[in-house]
Amino acid sequence: MDTTVRELSYAQAIQEAMAIAMEQDERVILMGEDIGVYGGAFQVTGDLVERFGADRVMDTPISELGGAGVAVGAAVTGLRPIFEFQFSDFATLAMEQIVNQAAKMRYMLGGAVSVPVVMRFPAGSGTGAAAQHSQSLEAWFGHVPGLKVIQPATPHDAKGMLLAAVADPDPVMIFEHKLLYKMKGPVPEGYYTVPIGKADIRREGRDLTIVATAIMVHKALEAAAQLKKEGIDAEVIDLRTIRPMDKDTVIASVKKTSRLLCVYEGVKTLGVGAEVSAMIAESDAFDYLDAPIVRLGGAETPIPYNPDLEKATVPQVPDIVAAARALATGNR
Amino acid sequence: MSQPKRKELETGANLPFIYREYSPGQLKDALRKMHLIRQFEEGAEESYMRGLIHGTMHLSIGQEASAMGICLPLTNDDQITSTHRGHGHCIAKGADVGKMFAEFFGKTTGYCRGRGGSMHIADVTTGNLGANGIVGGGIPIAVGAALTSKQLKTGKVVVSFFGDGANNEGAFHEALNMASIWKLPVIFVCENNGYGMSTSVERATAVPNIADRAAAYSMPGVIVDGNNLSEVAEAMHAAVERARRGDGPTLIESKTYRWRGHSKSDRNRYRTKDEIEEWMSRDPIPRLEKEMLDFGVVSQADLDAIRDSVKAEIAAGIEFAKESPAPEIKNLERYVYTEAA
Repeated sequence: MDTTVRELSYAQAIQEAMAIAMEQDERVILMGEDIGVYGGAFQVTGDLVERFGADRVMDTPISELGGAGVAVGAAVTGLRPIFEFQFSDFATLAMEQIVNQAAKMRYMLGGAVSVPVVMRFPAGSGTGAAAQHSQSLEAWFGHVPGLKVIQPATPHDAKGMLLAAVADPDPVMIFEHKLLYKMKGPVPEGYYTVPIGKADIRREGRDLTIVATAIMVHKALEAAAQLKKEGIDAEVIDLRTIRPMDKDTVIASVKKTSRLLCVYEGVKTLGVGAEVSAMIAESDAFDYLDAPIVRLGGAETPIPYNPDLEKATVPQVPDIVAAARALATGNR
Repeated sequence: MSQPKRKELETGANLPFIYREYSPGQLKDALRKMHLIRQFEEGAEESYMRGLIHGTMHLSIGQEASAMGICLPLTNDDQITSTHRGHGHCIAKGADVGKMFAEFFGKTTGYCRGRGGSMHIADVTTGNLGANGIVGGGIPIAVGAALTSKQLKTGKVVVSFFGDGANNEGAFHEALNMASIWKLPVIFVCENNGYGMSTSVERATAVPNIADRAAAYSMPGVIVDGNNLSEVAEAMHAAVERARRGDGPTLIESKTYRWRGHSKSDRNRYRTKDEIEEWMSRDPIPRLEKEMLDFGVVSQADLDAIRDSVKAEIAAGIEFAKESPAPEIKNLERYVYTEAA
C-alpha cells in the first residue's frame, strides 16, 4: 500500500476509489445517468469514461427503476456494478428494485445468491434545488434488512468506504451529501478500506455525546469548538454507517458523558436519530443518562427554495451549540 | 403410427419444427417435463387443500407447452427470471421436484431453505434466478444478467418470463428499451394467459397484441400459440440464435390460458365456464402426445411409461418434502446478509 497522503476533494476521493476498483477488477462497472462524457451531474465520475471506455462507464437512459434493476441483475450474475443515482430523490422511482429485489434476493433464495451492488446517492439540502432534489432519505433504506447504508463524512472515509462497499458481497447504499463534494481533506494514495459498520469518534469529550451523520459531523465539530470556549467539552461521534449501526461505540460514549444529542439532516420524526435514541434507551447506557435525550433533525416540511427558509429546515451550527449548551448545563 | 408418417419423419418433409430439430429422446424428455409440471401443480394444489402447504400459490396448469417450448432451446448455463406463476418455468429449466415440494412445505431441504416458498422458487444451479412476487420485477434483472453475459463474454442467453399484466408496468418498458439500445442477449417472453388477475388484456392494454409493443423498442415481436410446443420452440430457437449472434433481444408473446384461478382466493367471476372449457379442450399435453404418436416418435407404451414414471417421481417428491426437517427458529436471520467466509 502506498501511504502517500494528499489533499483531495470528497468527489475526487470517490472518483479515485472507483478508478482503483475498476483497475483491480474487470467485473466492476459504473452505471448511471450522464456519468460518461458529461462526467456526472456533480462531476464525480469526471473523465473516467476516457480511461475505462463507455462499456464500463455506462450512460443509462433516464430509467431509474429499470437501471437499478439491471444493476441488481448484473450483480447477481457476476458483475460488480456501482450505480449512481443523479439525485437521491430519484431513488423513489427505483424503490421496487432496491427494497423488494436487491435487499431480499439472498434471503428469498435461502442464501443461494449474493447481490454485490453498490448504489450511490447524492443527497441533502443546501444547494437551492428545492423539494425534489434535496432530500435526505437514508433512514428509509436503513429500515430495510438486507441493505447496508453508509454516510461517509470525509474524503478519507468516502474513498475507503466505497472500496469497502465494492468488496462487500451485499448491497451497499452510499449517501453522499452534495455539500461535501468540494470539501478537501487528506486521502492516502492506493487501496485501503474503511470498515462498514464502525463509527468514528471525531472528537473526544467528557460533557456530552453528539452523534452526527454526514455533513452534520462537520457542523457538530464546529459547534464543539465553540462550546469548548464556554467550557463545555463535547464528544462528537461520526456514525458513518446507519445499517448495521455501531451500537457499542455510541453506548460506550454515552456511559462516559451521560448526555446524548443526535444531529441529522433527515426529517426528525422516525429518522436516524430516533433509532439512535431508542437504541440508547433500550441499552444499559440508559441508567447513565443525566438528562433526557435530545434530537435535532430536519423540519417536518419539504425542503423549500428560499435560501433562508432552506437553512432553517435543517440543523445549523448555532442550533447545535444551543441544544448542546442546554443539555450540558441543565437549562433545558 | 402409420408407415408414411414414419417416412415423413426420416425425410423431415413438412414436419413441425421440433420433429426436425430434436431427437425422439429429447422430445420424450420434453413431454415428460410437461407431465411433470402438470402433476407437480396438481400435487401442490392437493397438498395445499390438505393443509400441508400454507400461504398461496399461482398455478400454470394449461400453460405447460409455453414453459417447455421456451426452455427447450436453452442450455443449462442459460438463465431465466420467472414470475409468481413460475413452477412450470422452474421444472422446464431442469429443477428437481422433490426440492420444489420441500420448499413449498417450508423445509430446509427446499431450494430456498424454506425462506421463499412458491412465489420465490428458484434453482440457480439450472440457471433459474428466481420467481418473483412483484409483477415485472424480474424483467430488468434479466437484462442485468444479459449485461453480465455480454460484458464477461460468457455466451449465455437470458430469458425473462412475465405475464400479460406485466406489460403495463414501467419496468417492462424501461427494460426492453435498455436491452435494445445495448443489444443484449435477452429474450422477453410474455405468457399472455388473457387476464392479469381478473382484468382482461382487452381492458388493460391499449394494443391488441402485446408483441406489437416490440416495435417501440426496435426488436422483433413474435406471436405464437402457447399451447403448441413446436410453435413456441421454433420462435424461441430463432430468438436464441439472434441473441447469440449479438443482434439483441426479441419479444415473444405466447398466447395461452390458465385453467385455474389467479391464486387460491379466485372465485372466477370475471370469465365464463364456456371460455374455460373451450381452452381446456386445447390442452397442450394430449395435443403433443397425439402428434408424437402420429409421427411415430413414441408408442402408446412409451406414453404410459412416461406417465407412470412422473407419477412415481411426484409421489417420491412429496414424501421427501414431508420427511424433511423444518428450519430452526434460531436461524431466522440467516441469509439476510452474506456470512463471512
